[in-house]
Amino acid sequence: MTTPTTSAPPTPHYQLTHLQTLEAEAIHIIREVAAEFERPVLLFSGGKDSAVMLHLAVKAFAPAKVPFPVMHVDTGHNFPEVIEFRDRRVAELGLRLIVASVQEAIDAGKVVEETGPGASRNRLQTVPLLEAIEENGFDAVFGGARRDEEKARAKERVFSFRDEFGQWDPKNQRPELWNLYNGRHRKGEHIRVFPLSNWTELDVWQYVAAEGIELPSIYFAHTRRVFQRDGMWLAESPWVTRREGEEVEERMVRFRTVGDATCTGAIESTATTVEQIIDEVAATRITERGATRADDRISEAGMEDRKREGYF
Amino acid sequence: MELLRFATAGSVDDGKSTLIGRLLYDSKSIFEDQLESIERTSLERGDAYVNLALLTDGLRAEREQGITIDVAYRYFATPKRKFIIADTPGHIQYTRNMVTGASTADLALILVDARKGVVEQSRRHAFLASLLGIPHLVVCINKMDLVDWSQQRYEEIKAEFRSFAMKLDVHDLAFIPISALHGDNVVERSANMPWYEGTSLLHHLEEVHIASDRNLIDARFPVQYVIRPQDQANHDLHDYRGYAGTVAGGVFKPGDEVVALPSGLTTTIEAIDSPNGPVAEAFAPMAVTLRLADDVDVSRGDMICRVRNRPHVGQDIDAMVCWMTTEGDLRPGQKLAIKHTTRWGRTLVKELQYRLDINTLHRDESADHLSLNEIGRVRLRTTVPLFFDPYRRNRATGSFVLVDEVTNNTVGAGMILGPSGID
Repeated sequence: MTTPTTSAPPTPHYQLTHLQTLEAEAIHIIREVAAEFERPVLLFSGGKDSAVMLHLAVKAFAPAKVPFPVMHVDTGHNFPEVIEFRDRRVAELGLRLIVASVQEAIDAGKVVEETGPGASRNRLQTVPLLEAIEENGFDAVFGGARRDEEKARAKERVFSFRDEFGQWDPKNQRPELWNLYNGRHRKGEHIRVFPLSNWTELDVWQYVAAEGIELPSIYFAHTRRVFQRDGMWLAESPWVTRREGEEVEERMVRFRTVGDATCTGAIESTATTVEQIIDEVAATRITERGATRADDRISEAGMEDRKREGYF
Repeated sequence: MELLRFATAGSVDDGKSTLIGRLLYDSKSIFEDQLESIERTSLERGDAYVNLALLTDGLRAEREQGITIDVAYRYFATPKRKFIIADTPGHIQYTRNMVTGASTADLALILVDARKGVVEQSRRHAFLASLLGIPHLVVCINKMDLVDWSQQRYEEIKAEFRSFAMKLDVHDLAFIPISALHGDNVVERSANMPWYEGTSLLHHLEEVHIASDRNLIDARFPVQYVIRPQDQANHDLHDYRGYAGTVAGGVFKPGDEVVALPSGLTTTIEAIDSPNGPVAEAFAPMAVTLRLADDVDVSRGDMICRVRNRPHVGQDIDAMVCWMTTEGDLRPGQKLAIKHTTRWGRTLVKELQYRLDINTLHRDESADHLSLNEIGRVRLRTTVPLFFDPYRRNRATGSFVLVDEVTNNTVGAGMILGPSGID
């Protein structure tokens, strides 16, 4: 399969490619939010989906600057390459970065650190996220979640209502028709907005290739000290306690998703370019979260439960 | 590669899940971990077969009750096209979900059981597809293996469906005899039905011509957001003023003489900026920014169009409305918020002209309200003028949603017939 490009001129028959259609849809959504909400914020973790979302936001308002700040919920257990990328992108675009810290929430006694070999700060992110939304008075929060990545997300709206506790009620969602999004809410409530709802992992990579979007280096194959747990390669790090028999070895790996280092697994790969990654993604038989997220393996409804509490 | 959005509707026993499962599986869009997970869950639940609905029925309540709550979106691609399926459940809140899924669809897929023929549900599907203005309808006559691959049975069903569809606004109607279970005519053409001369379903989905479905005649640009960099340091940008939005119809070119509504001021398009730089043309559904030659007063909710081809402008509208909430009925005298293109206003329900029985198409003129999942013709009066076209001419400028002003919930979906009093 050849790599489609977004910059190709439209055909004489007034057709758009699938990437041009998805790009137009996402830009429409982002502009709709900027027009209708008072204080939007864009969640930017430095991961590929949020990097694509930020790229779309830049395009939506060019030549003006992106008219809202970005926010990162920092678990304190990040890959340094990702934090470096985050800070550099924010500086290049002249954006304001808000960091909601899980460590501070732990220090203040608002959440309790999990312990043991399976410990992760992933779930703890919800508290600082909701606090930051409340403190800053954000009424719209852009997230990079896609419907193809997880089944609880498959049924979430593009404009997803959250009550004053930040909760999502999957059984009581607003109907969403045409491109007429309903962002009305009362003070204290907010809307999560997902401009990449209709993108697949492959679309994201094809768009990264077509647009030349920069990503953190850990998405590309590199040598790393890793150990195997539950069929996944976890990176050796100061935050993960190895169980007995979990031996560290050097492997050529890359990350398909970027999250908390304690629960994000790497896959063995030799793909060092975007084109090689596209070939790899097109041929893969395992979903990205299935391959790399320990947190989604807790239970069939792990994601739904976290989302109900106000998670991304 | 083009994107095709299609809507399916139906229940488990007409083979819809099997058909979708086969399309996904044969296009390698079901992943091993997903398959393992649903195999495990099916086994635990004691299902007789691997229930592909579990692929997206991931919500706790859905798995506990064995029901599909909502529209599920599924994605697959072939080397020719990328597909988005809006899969709507057949039973609970059927109309509301089908209307939602159909609102953005290019094509509707209707399944008919070859043994049962055209039933009430098939008629309902076809009617909703036509009401929502879906340009292409594909009727898959399924379970052909159970009627001995009979051409006569296929022709009977086709004739019956055709005679019903004549009453509807359907432009492109295709029939394909299939066996979803055995894969006949789904991806590959079937050797069991040599009398069928058409293509397989997947081939049809890959080839159906959708590019001319959009309205390329009536240029419509609802202004979404005004871009003003106001960059003091950059003199080139200091005076930049662009009107951002998504083209809702027609073709715009630099040099076009245009009018801004409601002001009525005319000017010309100086330039069109796309996400990838200046372009010579913009058409639906491109998201672009128009720059105008004169400094006219234009803001969000206004409409830019060609001087000699304007939409209706008015506050009195007749429309078909589908009611979507259990929290109260639609009744004459009621006031609601309305969103049409990028414009919000308030509206008064002046009159309910009739309620439509979607099974028989009978019009009940004595009806005094619409409840959840009911469809009727209403007359509305809005607080602000809307710039609209009939829905059947333009889905983007002919659609609106109704929102409850107390709960902020979306409670109705509307398709404009025209200005009040003109049939």
